Amino acid sequence: MSLQRKDLLGLRGMSAQEITHILDTALPMRDVIQRDIKKVPTLRGKTVVCLFYEASTRTRTSFELAGKYMSADTINISASTSSVVKGESLIDTGKTIDAMGADIIVIRHGASGAPAMLGKHVKARIINAGDGAHEHPTQGLLDMLTIRERKGKLEGLTVTILGDILHSRVARSNIWGLTTMGAKVRVCGPATLLPPEIESLGVKAYTSVEEALEGADVVNVLRMQLERQQKGLFPTIREYARLYALNQERLKRCKSDVLVLHPGPMNRGIEIANDVADADFAAIEEQVTNGVAVRMAILYLMMGGGAAHGSVH
Amino acid sequence: MSLPVKAHLMDSEGIRRAITRIAHEIVEKNQGVEELVFVGIRRRGVPLAQRLREKIADIEGLQIPLGALDITLYRDDLTTLHVQPLIHKTEVPFSIDGKIVVLVDDVLYTGRTVRAALDALMDIGRPQAIQLAVLIDRGHRELPIRADFVGKNVPTAKKENISVRLQEIDGDDVVSIQEISF
Repeated sequence: MSLQRKDLLGLRGMSAQEITHILDTALPMRDVIQRDIKKVPTLRGKTVVCLFYEASTRTRTSFELAGKYMSADTINISASTSSVVKGESLIDTGKTIDAMGADIIVIRHGASGAPAMLGKHVKARIINAGDGAHEHPTQGLLDMLTIRERKGKLEGLTVTILGDILHSRVARSNIWGLTTMGAKVRVCGPATLLPPEIESLGVKAYTSVEEALEGADVVNVLRMQLERQQKGLFPTIREYARLYALNQERLKRCKSDVLVLHPGPMNRGIEIANDVADADFAAIEEQVTNGVAVRMAILYLMMGGGAAHGSVH
Repeated sequence: MSLPVKAHLMDSEGIRRAITRIAHEIVEKNQGVEELVFVGIRRRGVPLAQRLREKIADIEGLQIPLGALDITLYRDDLTTLHVQPLIHKTEVPFSIDGKIVVLVDDVLYTGRTVRAALDALMDIGRPQAIQLAVLIDRGHRELPIRADFVGKNVPTAKKENISVRLQEIDGDDVVSIQEISF
């Protein structure tokens, strides 16, 4: 099968079969990353443009490396050093990149829905690398790959997502993906950082960390997005850390083989204690490696398709 | 998809004889087997390589290392494929540097699979030489590739298909020629 859509905008509406296919495809990709020669010719002659309107280290580098490992030409465009500063609109920038022959545009934008809008105006296929507080599908997929690798399954697991749910696109993609795959999802944070009616997405919401962690198989700790906290949604960082940071004491409430995830970059001492971040039960570096593998799988699957062709021997 | 069978080319006994003959040819050509490693092309090249390995163990008393190669990422027809093949793992758990690699596949047709496999092998290491063993050579090469060891040469038309079924994957051993209806 190939991905049955032009653009990859989110995990909402993606079937369990599609998600499984992407995760299965990511496994041999990880083997490629671990080889001495990290290069296969799969996407030779294809062009991937990473168009980033927001700062990013791991997602942008990860997409860039994913493309390079598969021999695609990858180009990075940051809004701050492009014609965007001259006032060019997103659609015009997209059309310009399209006219230059890009096959895939990977876009990160501060506005929810920007990738969907761009996708309607360009021929290139669009991958959402994070849009506002909407979705970050490849992060959701790499989280699921990491959980599936460590736990052997997704179905039936209890996953607690802890932190600023309101502003988090990672939380939304995790919720859509994990519930589709049959996991039980809990979200937890201060009441001001929980979107109203979040439970309509099929999750259980908690304001008490202790309750939310009770018997959890996985805890996904979100980054406190300090740059989005200008509205006074909680009194002080120190108070947030005291009430919500994941520390060893709180972890005792989870299952003994708990897995801790964090999408990075971490605010150590705010949402996650130092000794938790560096412990064996945390898979934060594995997540980064899996991120490259998942993005290779996505690029591969999105570049496939077309007319039927006989078998090759 | 099952296509109408025009003729059966080999049964279990025929495949066994072909494997035996190829095993002897491999030993003779290489004056022994010390430097050899087998790499089967997924999927049916792998059980064939396994059978060759067992046969050579009977003849020479030596177990040759065996790896499995998935060439999906090396295909040159990604964008013309309607359905993307599931990528399997490449498992070559030994160094091929300086070794004579015997690449094994079920059918040799256009040569594109073998070209992809050669590229994949070069990314894994630097063998002294690569030899090619196939159960069936059906002709119609699109690249200048020739097998060193062939179980059976079968002249075919392009509208025909060669079906190789192996016990390990399909539950029985049979090679047949089928008619593709357009």
